[in-house]
Amino acid sequence: MNGWAELDRFLRTDTRDVGCAQAMEMLHVYAELVAAGAPAEQRYPGIAAHLRACGPCGEDFEGLLAALRDDAY
Amino acid sequence: MVGMVPADPGVGGTPAAARLDRESAEWLRGLGEVGPQREAALARLHELLVRIARGEVARRAPRLRISGPELDDLACQAAADALLAITGKLGQFRGESRFTTWACKFVIFEVSAKIGRHFWRHPSVPLDAEDWDRLPGHFGFDPAYQAEWRELFAALRRAVDTELTPRQREVFVAIVLNNVPLDTLVLSLASSRNAIYKMLFDARRKLRAALAANGYLRDDSSRRS
Repeated sequence: MNGWAELDRFLRTDTRDVGCAQAMEMLHVYAELVAAGAPAEQRYPGIAAHLRACGPCGEDFEGLLAALRDDAY
Repeated sequence: MVGMVPADPGVGGTPAAARLDRESAEWLRGLGEVGPQREAALARLHELLVRIARGEVARRAPRLRISGPELDDLACQAAADALLAITGKLGQFRGESRFTTWACKFVIFEVSAKIGRHFWRHPSVPLDAEDWDRLPGHFGFDPAYQAEWRELFAALRRAVDTELTPRQREVFVAIVLNNVPLDTLVLSLASSRNAIYKMLFDARRKLRAALAANGYLRDDSSRRS
């Protein structure tokens, strides 16, 4: 039954999570590292934890990453 | 900071001035000029922002109830507001990334904020509605096994009522029960994304602890995900 795992995943919090303000402050740096294939998650574990848990910041990250990977950019 | 440990290295600090790449230096030089050179740089930046905003709304469009000219208007407004934000923050660019990456971050944020505002003006459900019957489906619980999870959700509802502060409960109900976008709640409560996230973070932690204490979830709250 996947529901138990999904509820558990949602309620589980990560003490490394830096929150939205700090993630947004550094999002451009983090996204460039990811786009370059650098170990962004190791360098910024708190941002990585936040982007996994925060829907809006995760969406912004995906959008910025998509822009970086867009040929037109 | 939301969690209990120090922030990531470099986050929130004042890093040493990074060496600017040539293209970023050209952007800063152009935007720092006066007259036609500045106007030309602003026009180039606006063009870039419109392109990024249109790409971003197109990426998000399948999950939105906005389309056509309204969606393009949203992209153009986001680009215009991002241009204002960027020109007002030029002194804050520290060269830690390319200038265009830093600038594009703001237009992505503006797209998020505008989508949140749109939902606020055109809500699909009242922000404070409480349809608890939808919650199991939201997490993918199979109705055929209701006998196995009915008690879990009764316990969760009790924990929401007894463990959370009124504000945490309000945030949990809006975001989790009613699927209200977090950025919409920011507007509704005249708050910030960080503050709303912190409230939901604390609510999640309390609810998991309550369910674990009563044997519904594994008690390993100190484990990192």
